Amino acid sequence: MAKPSPIAAPFSVRLTLYACVAGIVLMVGAVYAAVPLYRLFCKVTGYGGTTQVASADSNVILDRKVTIRLDSNVSNGLNWKFRPEVPTVSVRIGETATVFFHVENHGTTDTSGVATYNVQPDLAGSYFDKLQCFCFSDLKLKAGESLDVPVVFFVDPAIMKEHDLENLNEITLSYTFFPAKAAKSPVAELTGQTKPQL
Amino acid sequence: MANAAADHAHGHDSHADHPTGWRRWVMSTNHKDIGTMYLIFAIVAGLVGGFLSIMMRLELQEPGLQYFSNPQTYNVFVTGHGLIMVFFVVMPAVIGGYGNWFVPLMIGAPDMAFPRMNNISFWLLPAALSLLLISLFVEGAPGSNGFGGGWTVYPPLSVAGHPGPALDFGILSLHLAGASSILGAINFITTILNMRAPGMTMHKMPLFAWALLVTAFLLLLSLPVLAGAITMLLTDRNFGTSFFDPTNGGDPILYQHLFWFFGHPEVYIMILPGFGIVSHIISTFSKKPIFGYLGMAYAMVAIGAVGFIVWAHHMYTAGLSLNTQRYFVFATMVIAVPTGVKIFSWIATMWGGSIRFSAAMHWAVGFIFLFTVGGVTGVVLSNAGLDRNLHNTYYVVAHFHYVLSLGAVFSIFAAWYYWFPKMFGRIIPEWIGKLHFWVAFVGANVLFFPMHFTGLAGMPRHYVDYPEAFAGWNKISSFGSYIFAFSLLIFFFGIYKAFSSSARAANSPWGEGATTLEWTLTSPPPYHQFETLPHISGGDH
Repeated sequence: MAKPSPIAAPFSVRLTLYACVAGIVLMVGAVYAAVPLYRLFCKVTGYGGTTQVASADSNVILDRKVTIRLDSNVSNGLNWKFRPEVPTVSVRIGETATVFFHVENHGTTDTSGVATYNVQPDLAGSYFDKLQCFCFSDLKLKAGESLDVPVVFFVDPAIMKEHDLENLNEITLSYTFFPAKAAKSPVAELTGQTKPQL
Repeated sequence: MANAAADHAHGHDSHADHPTGWRRWVMSTNHKDIGTMYLIFAIVAGLVGGFLSIMMRLELQEPGLQYFSNPQTYNVFVTGHGLIMVFFVVMPAVIGGYGNWFVPLMIGAPDMAFPRMNNISFWLLPAALSLLLISLFVEGAPGSNGFGGGWTVYPPLSVAGHPGPALDFGILSLHLAGASSILGAINFITTILNMRAPGMTMHKMPLFAWALLVTAFLLLLSLPVLAGAITMLLTDRNFGTSFFDPTNGGDPILYQHLFWFFGHPEVYIMILPGFGIVSHIISTFSKKPIFGYLGMAYAMVAIGAVGFIVWAHHMYTAGLSLNTQRYFVFATMVIAVPTGVKIFSWIATMWGGSIRFSAAMHWAVGFIFLFTVGGVTGVVLSNAGLDRNLHNTYYVVAHFHYVLSLGAVFSIFAAWYYWFPKMFGRIIPEWIGKLHFWVAFVGANVLFFPMHFTGLAGMPRHYVDYPEAFAGWNKISSFGSYIFAFSLLIFFFGIYKAFSSSARAANSPWGEGATTLEWTLTSPPPYHQFETLPHISGGDH
């Protein structure tokens, strides 16, 4: 070249380019990493009303009572009837309680359903401990079959320390049945199940 | 890529001039030609997006259904209007158009760092727009054409509610537009960091170049998130995954987080170049250097950085915990500080200056006023408690149109009247630019200000019809939109006058206030500029 090149040192240009590409790759990776991380985050913090799984009863039972309102829904595409045995139960904080839901297949074919669940208010999620739940796995019902399915839970006494829940006297436990999908999701593959663990 | 740039520079020696005819444009590697194509593209896309919005205002002029027999089609128009205005009008105009044109000129560079990549960036856009237009005419929701779920494309509506291929076209369109912008961002970052003229330190760099640098970083970090999120939507829709499908353990709220992690920086992407443009115009026509140069530059950096950690203020009603809401309220309000620094510095620049109210200055001052109105309603909306009431009402529509339609778009027109003589060497008569401003200013305010009232009264957005109670202000809004549309005729008349007249622009038509490097060149600038690099002397700001 007769004239000095007007371009700055190619190395610095290349370095900037590589840094930019690395930034893009990092962000795309972060998006996909966000899926399991978000799940983990919800599980750990009870974010969005994600309930907890416990293996043993609470060893403290307080006198204070809280009303558990039970909510049940069935999504489109599933010809099921699904309702709680009682609309509300009143439990002492820390006391283990069992509630039953009645589920019935009104369709003419065998179908599988899977329930999603959370509690309101969201903040109560981290203090709502389930010992046993029909929602932990898919539920398969033959045509016309009906079933009473249990949820065993307690409200963690630690909830008393949550400033924003000072005046809490009611928690809504909500379930929605969806038709179970045959296809596995990449999300589920991470946990090795077709269902989230919680 | 660096070699490609070097080859291109070498090419200057072997070819005396430049390719002609269609090759000059289709195969262009020249930042000025590509910038011109971006501007033309933005104007064409703006007419399409504007047509969609005029149809919306025609429909909303009276209660009941007038023009849309299927309410879903109205929502398709809303969605199309949003996507086109964001991705195919504002971004191509301020980044691709003015950015390409003036960043190399202002920093004293002969061209962009990767001229061929620049060509790809542009030509991806017509393909992307075509895909989006196709999406309007293929089935989306059962029994209607196009995707009607809004520009945010929230699942489950976008997955379960629109089984037709319309949204697949839309997603692919956004992929292409996103790729175009990401390549453009790499180009701007590399150019600005490596190709400044000797002596032009970062702290001497014009504010428009600073604005584009921050914008390019926002694009680089936020667009991949959108690309990833909509790819997940695409696989959820077509390949049986369930990232956002609760049936199989997915979570639709996660999409909202991902979308707004992109979406909030995106609104700064649209407005930051406007901040740069307005700074130059205010400084030029006040015959004063910009007040608080460093504060102005770093305010943009701060806005860009804080812009990444406020996304969930779009999601107050999605069930965030109180503490999360408290954080996002606070972080959002913090943005008002650097924004205030900019507003007050513009005012301080004008203070005591020798102000000349040229057409461009009209648009720039109008920008400051209207952007501030939109900024104030933004602070109102940042309160989670108030937002609970105002979420998805016309108050929100008024807010973001004041910052975008009256902010970003006014900055586009400001730049048009400021740089038109430089870009094309011709002169738009000043009275046309001023008339265009006044008609657009009145039209836009009559159009959008009443939306504050209907929004506070509870009128929700994304509906084709409304109760009788909202009829009055909606009629006024619609009249405003016709006035604004009429102002575009004045805009085109100005272009016609400029090209039909024999008057030619001086090299520095705005006089001594215009101090940046582009005014040292001829009007229009030579096809290849700065073959001898300018040397910048003097200390930092």
